[in-house]
Amino acid sequence: MIEYMKELWPILWPTLGAIGVILAFVPILGLYMTFIERKIAAYIQDRVGPNRVGPFGLFQAIADGIKIFLKEQVIPDHVYTFLYFIAPTFSLMTAMFALVVMPFGPVPVEYESGFRYVVAPGIDIGIIMMFAISSLSAYGIILGGWASNNKYSLYGAIRSCAQFISYEIPLGLSIIGVIAATGSLNIEKIVAAQGGSLWDWNLFWQPLALLVFFTSALAETNRLPFDLPECEQELVGGFHTEYGGIKFVLFFLAEYTHIVTVSFLTVLLFFGGWHFPGLTGPVDASLGGMLLRTFVLVAKVCGVVLFIMILRWALPRFRFDQLMGLAWKGLIPLGLVNLFLVAVVLTLGLPKHLLAGTAVLLFVAAMISTYQLQRTLNQSNPRVMNGGIRGVSV
Amino acid sequence: MTTKSKREKTVKWGEEPKIGWMEAMYLPAVMSGVATAVRHALSGKPMTRQYPEVEPEIPANYRGVHRLNRDEEGRVKCVACYMCQTACPANCIEIIAAPAPKDDPHWENRDKYPATFTIDELRCIYCGMCEEACPVDAIELTSIYDLTGMTREEMIFDKEKLLSVFDKTIQSGQDPVRTNRGALGPASEEAETAKQGPPPPGRGRKG
Ligand code: SF4
Ligand code: SF4
Repeated sequence: MIEYMKELWPILWPTLGAIGVILAFVPILGLYMTFIERKIAAYIQDRVGPNRVGPFGLFQAIADGIKIFLKEQVIPDHVYTFLYFIAPTFSLMTAMFALVVMPFGPVPVEYESGFRYVVAPGIDIGIIMMFAISSLSAYGIILGGWASNNKYSLYGAIRSCAQFISYEIPLGLSIIGVIAATGSLNIEKIVAAQGGSLWDWNLFWQPLALLVFFTSALAETNRLPFDLPECEQELVGGFHTEYGGIKFVLFFLAEYTHIVTVSFLTVLLFFGGWHFPGLTGPVDASLGGMLLRTFVLVAKVCGVVLFIMILRWALPRFRFDQLMGLAWKGLIPLGLVNLFLVAVVLTLGLPKHLLAGTAVLLFVAAMISTYQLQRTLNQSNPRVMNGGIRGVSV
Repeated sequence: MTTKSKREKTVKWGEEPKIGWMEAMYLPAVMSGVATAVRHALSGKPMTRQYPEVEPEIPANYRGVHRLNRDEEGRVKCVACYMCQTACPANCIEIIAAPAPKDDPHWENRDKYPATFTIDELRCIYCGMCEEACPVDAIELTSIYDLTGMTREEMIFDKEKLLSVFDKTIQSGQDPVRTNRGALGPASEEAETAKQGPPPPGRGRKG
């Protein structure tokens, strides 16, 4: 047994190490992301944000954490206790599970021994696995909404369910183009394929795919333009109305983990991962190169996280029918057309940057045509076709 | 729609605002929204007032904690007429009147004075009716707004405490503007009008 363990150890320790990194960083990251989000919100709204605990309020996150752990555990009378407890855990578990195939640092395509910056390297269905797991996170929300035995929670859960189902489709469609171009579902290989010059980044020849991907990924995280499952004005707190203290925090940790996941995916799939002009080509094993690449990757991810946070304060929330309309009438057709164009370019061996131009043209054309269609429909029957609303009483 | 109901006919139907094709593309609008957010974030001019360190300037006609004024000789100005207690909609003033000690030269020109005067500051709604009712401007609301206490008993102000509020506000120059010090107050006007005969109907005070 000991012998066997000894043999296994060189394979085991990098995995355990990577799991340790993720387990250690996710809660800290979650706490500090709440802090950063509060600061950003404050700056955008011309306030100063938390600034009392420690220099610049830096220890606010820790204070919040302590407070939350010491909070009284209130369990409402009318909940289904077992499901009620399991739901937040489930939410966080699925969110963290999705990180298993996520490289958080440079991963060489041929796997040597040593620390590899990913829990499970070289999974050939990496991205599919990721989508499969992260769509499970709807499960936690639905469980929570159902177990709360409260109509607002249930409404939130149902909305979340409908939203997840609708946005899974454009999400999947948008990355098929990327996968087709790389010829692999392996995330490390997708990144390696963008390893040439800056113009090899998928962003520069599949902007449409990026747009569709980012929008639907944002919808999957339940963040503000799409946060209908928990929208305060309509549903009190949505699915987490009955949750407080540490259970509530687990839900939110899951949400923040999702943001991190989405940002990582965006960077890995479209922004060239750990590549940067001057930092191209295959990964070298030297420590300095590794650290530099990790830094580049994390910096890009931070940029995307920042953008998501700013978006929250820049955009109003969608109405539910608008949300559905955006997915079914906007993103899905766009995703399909994008997929078609990628297929044409790849099959005919045309220069791939042709796609970028066509994508922009396509986007404009699609919008003009839907706009015209909507207008003619509106003219023929003004009352009924106003996005389902029969008019506003003045 | 076959038959129009009455409501249908009387209700004026509006339309959703029409959007042009630029707006229908969402993205320009999203980007301008993000630009606005970023502009605010980078402007570096927060509106926040760092409260406990920087105190707000309270207007002089603010209605905060009460005070009981003193007259020129330092006695409590209140004549224990119960006007404020009667006027108070929250029933939070309690006065016990006593005849002024006649043998004391200090009190010789006074008839009555409040033996006790308590205001429950927790029950008070800070409406200012007491102040308006007082014929001698003895009770006033100051601009002290940060009234705190650890117990409920602490928040029931007695005469001494109300007088000390007066001393404090006089010292710090936080005098309320409504004060009409020097003049005798509305009661004396009443006396003037009494000389001129009864007030025209519909205008004078009741009682
Ligand atoms: S301010 Fe209003 S509620 Fe308060 S004591 Fe005076 S009359 Fe009563
Ligand atoms: S109305 Fe003025 S004088 Fe009369 S009891 Fe109240 S405070 Fe005293």
